[in-house]
Amino acid sequence: MKVYLTRRYPFSASHRLHNAALSDAVNRETYGKCNNPHGHGHNYFLEVTVSGPLAPETGMVCDLEALDSTITGEILNRFDHQNLNQLQDFGAIVPTTENLTIRIHQILRQTPLPAHLESIRVEETANNSFEFAGIGQPRR
Amino acid sequence: MIYLTRKAEFSAAHYYHKPEWTPEENQRVFGKCANLNGHGHNYTLEVTVAGEVDAVTGFVIDLKLLKDILSREVLDDFDHRHLNKEVPEFLTLQPTTENLAVAIWKRLDSKLHAVKLHRVRLYELPDLFVDYYGE
Repeated sequence: MKVYLTRRYPFSASHRLHNAALSDAVNRETYGKCNNPHGHGHNYFLEVTVSGPLAPETGMVCDLEALDSTITGEILNRFDHQNLNQLQDFGAIVPTTENLTIRIHQILRQTPLPAHLESIRVEETANNSFEFAGIGQPRR
Repeated sequence: MIYLTRKAEFSAAHYYHKPEWTPEENQRVFGKCANLNGHGHNYTLEVTVAGEVDAVTGFVIDLKLLKDILSREVLDDFDHRHLNKEVPEFLTLQPTTENLAVAIWKRLDSKLHAVKLHRVRLYELPDLFVDYYGE
């Protein structure tokens, strides 16, 4: 038996979409108002989906407190109330929410979690969201 | 193949407790959910079915029929009930959101004929939900 559990976490961060390899004019054309030199911010929501069999004793996929503390330690403490462009996670990589989603997946793939990591979903706004499951497909 | 999702809500009480464990063990594993006086949630259930569009009606399933099945098989038994004390599956099984999703799948799967049950998604809270695909 395989059950999927998804937990949702808020965090807030600023970013600027700008690729130094492109001219200022092309950056403005490509990224529009997201290219504002001073940056802007979002209230992001991160959804982490893990899966596994149910432990017979508890009827649970994993200990939620263990999942919460791992996500807080590895992801939220790292990104919440930060300027994403200033973090080593990005450097030359433009901190689009696509790249942020992939980065979070990379970090969690290398982190011991209390259940198997299935996929990551990040909402940048209520209208835009991104999903990544590594080499797999997000289960729908 | 087309997928249709019907949403429903129910409110219920539960607690997590293993009688063979000491109170300390129950507290350590289940935390505040171990309070034997119980607590409750407003659950949101999303049931997704998959099938072909009927050439005559344009439906994958008659929504009224799906609603009636959901009410009869799940909501009538779960809504405004104490899951541990009143729902047979949970007299012995912990009424975790995971076990609820699996139990709801088992209740619905055999009652849907023209369509295939694709997914049961159950929200315990807006920031916590479980998906079960019958695997």
